[in-house]
This record gives sequence, structure tokens and C-alpha cells, in this order.
Amino acid sequence: MNSALVSLRGVGVRFGPTPVLADIDLDLAPGEALGITGPNGAGKSTLLAVISTLLRPAAGTVSVFGSPVLRRDLPGVRRRIGMSGHEPGLYPELTLLENLALVENLVGDVRMSAMQVLEVVGLAGAAQRRASTASNGMQRRTDLARLIMTRPDLILLDEAHASLDSAARDIIDRLIHRTCEAGGGAVVVSHDRGVLGRSVDRVVEVAAGRLT
Amino acid sequence: MTRATASGFWKQALSIARRDLMIESRGGEVFGVVLPFAAVAVFVVPLATDALATRLDQLAYPVFWLVGLLFGMQVALRQTGTENLTQRRTLALMGIDPAARFAGRSLAAAILTTGVMLVIAPLVVLFYDPDSIPDIWPSLAAIIGFALGLSMLSTLAGDVTVGLRTRSSLAPLIVAPISVPLLIGASQTLEALIRDRSTMAPALLLTVTVLSLAVTGVLTAPALEEATT
Repeated sequence: MNSALVSLRGVGVRFGPTPVLADIDLDLAPGEALGITGPNGAGKSTLLAVISTLLRPAAGTVSVFGSPVLRRDLPGVRRRIGMSGHEPGLYPELTLLENLALVENLVGDVRMSAMQVLEVVGLAGAAQRRASTASNGMQRRTDLARLIMTRPDLILLDEAHASLDSAARDIIDRLIHRTCEAGGGAVVVSHDRGVLGRSVDRVVEVAAGRLT
Repeated sequence: MTRATASGFWKQALSIARRDLMIESRGGEVFGVVLPFAAVAVFVVPLATDALATRLDQLAYPVFWLVGLLFGMQVALRQTGTENLTQRRTLALMGIDPAARFAGRSLAAAILTTGVMLVIAPLVVLFYDPDSIPDIWPSLAAIIGFALGLSMLSTLAGDVTVGLRTRSSLAPLIVAPISVPLLIGASQTLEALIRDRSTMAPALLLTVTVLSLAVTGVLTAPALEEATT
């Protein structure tokens, strides 16, 4: 067992012949919010995908919640991870409420009902709006509502602050704060160091697939 | 530290099926686009077989299964495209059992395929006027078995070909040959009912094929999810 929430040792990722990440050593302690920054194409999102367990590295080891990630443990480990990116995973044909009700039905044990969480993110009035007709900001807030609802132990945000208003950014910051306060952790990816400054405890930079 | 508990397999599967049916009810592609074309196909076949025009009644059941296979495959394969990469990843990170996802998507596709076939069936009877019509309940069971098997097979083929540029042409090529035992099992069950013979052998073939597809789908679902997220 490892006391770190996330621990990466010598992690390398290749897409075909192209190396995307190399020799990554990284730890996230319980209660810590980590920022990852770097230029476009540096490998930030790939690193987040590795931490999320969605991408298996070609080299190195990944431990999440203190144990190496084994295939048989994946559903249990993943249930404790929440990820939100610049493209929300909503179903455009369903309303915002129906999208969250689906999460409620699938996960079962949620902290708030779909309607309650829409109120928290300021979208109660748009509950019956189809996701396809909601603005990008509304869709992103709904995606954040999913994380508030399921309250994961590890939050991964990929450029989640981009093109959001200050109220929505406050929601993100509160989510990170509450998760860390409860002993969980957060990894926030952004190419904008200024955005990370107010949300995380420390920032690491990825350049050309390596931590610098 | 908190930990969400997994809801049951069937609750997850039914939620996924409900999602797909809701999406279909909003888009209306199956009943608004696929079904009218299937109905047209029922009427077009006799035009292409002029020599047999006087024995139209003999074509009734072959046409029913042919149209059912082609358009059922269309329905089921279309259903497998419901999720994009972000949605698949979101579901995976919610800890949804990949086997429950497979079951839910297959169930939704099977309901829609059965619906399409049940609309085609009376059209075939009216237009082709077959000599005899089998009992409705065993026939319905054969149709549901066929739709279920075809849907599971198409869901598997859809997952195997996710992300490939050739997906739209490759997936039917995978489904068509493997659907032969389903087609034989279902069509021969109906044939046995019409001729008042034992349905044991074809019904057994249909059941074994459906169960084999179910086991294959459940066992391969985790690996396919890994490969497609």
C-alpha cells in the first residue's frame, strides 16, 4: 500500500511510434490539489487519462488510492474518480434533468437528487431544456453537477475552467476544496497558469511529454 | 473518504436501455426512417421476382426474415452508435459494469428490432397472403429470440469496430455470416409451426445461439470497454 492518492513511477505513453509521455514520476497526496500546465500538445490530457485509469501506459506503474491499478479492480477504482473536460459527456437528445437522472439511476448512491444538484449549479430553471439546445456553459455546469452529485474521492478536470463565467469557476473551486477537505484530491489541467493559481496547492509543468 | 456503491447489474442495464429508448423516442430514426424503408422493401421484392408473381404466397416468410435481418441489423447497429468517446469514458468512470452496458444496449436494440418486425409481419401477411399463419405466441417468441440475438451480435460488432473508418461497412460484414444460425433457428421454428412439425431442433438452435451471444457479450464486455475508452 502507498499512502499517496495517486502515484506514477517511470510512466511512459506512446501513440504508435510517437512517444507522448516519458519517465513521469508524480505523487498526489490526500487532501492535495495539483495543477498541471504546459503548452498545447505537451501531453497534459494524456497524463490525466493515465491517472484516470482510462489509458494504460506502455511503461511504468500507476497506483491509485494506494494500490496498483489491476484490471479486476477497475470498476471499483473508477467509481471513486470523477472527470470533467472541455467536452461534456451529455446526451444531446435528453434534457439536463434527464442527463443527471440517468447518473442518479446508474450510480444509485448519490449525495443529492438530480433536481437538487441543478439548483446548486444554478440551472433549476433550465432543467427541462434539452442538452442540444443548452449553451456550452450550461452543459459544462451540468457536467460539474454530475461530479457534485456523485462526490468522487479523486477529481480530474481537463481545461474545465475554460470559457466559464466566474460563478461557474467558483463552483469548480468549491468542488475542489470540498473534495480535498474530505481527504480526497484533485488534478486540474490547464494551459493557463493564472487559472490554476487560485484553485490548486502546487503546479507542475509538462513539456514535450516530460515533467519539468 | 467516501465510496459510492454500485447499483445492481439489472438496474444499470435497464437504465442504459431506457436511455437508448428515450434517445430514439426523441430522434425517431427507427420508426421514422428505418421502418418506412423496411415497409417499402416488403413491397419491392415481388417486383424484382416477376416470374414468381403468381406464387407470391410462397415468398411471404422468406421476405419477412430477409427484411427483418437487413433492417433489424440496421436498427441494432445504429443503436450501438449512441455513445461517443466522452460518453463512454464518463460511464466507465462511473464504474458502470461493462456487461450491464452491453445488456442494456442490446435490450434497447432488441425492443426496437422486435417493434420493426412486428410492424412488418402484418404487412407481409396482407400483401403476400400466405397459405397458413403460425400460432401467434410461439411465433412471437421466435421473433423476440431472433431480435435479441441479432441485437447482441450487432452490439458486439459495433463495439469491435468502434473508431474504425470502415465501421459502417465492416460491422454488417461481421454480423451477416454470424447471424445465419439465428436466421435458421427462427425461420425454421416458424416453418415447423406452419407444417405442424416439432419445433424442438430449430428452437434449440435459436436458444443456444442467443445464449452463446449473451455469454460472449458479457465475457468480452470489459476488454472491449478497455479498448474503446
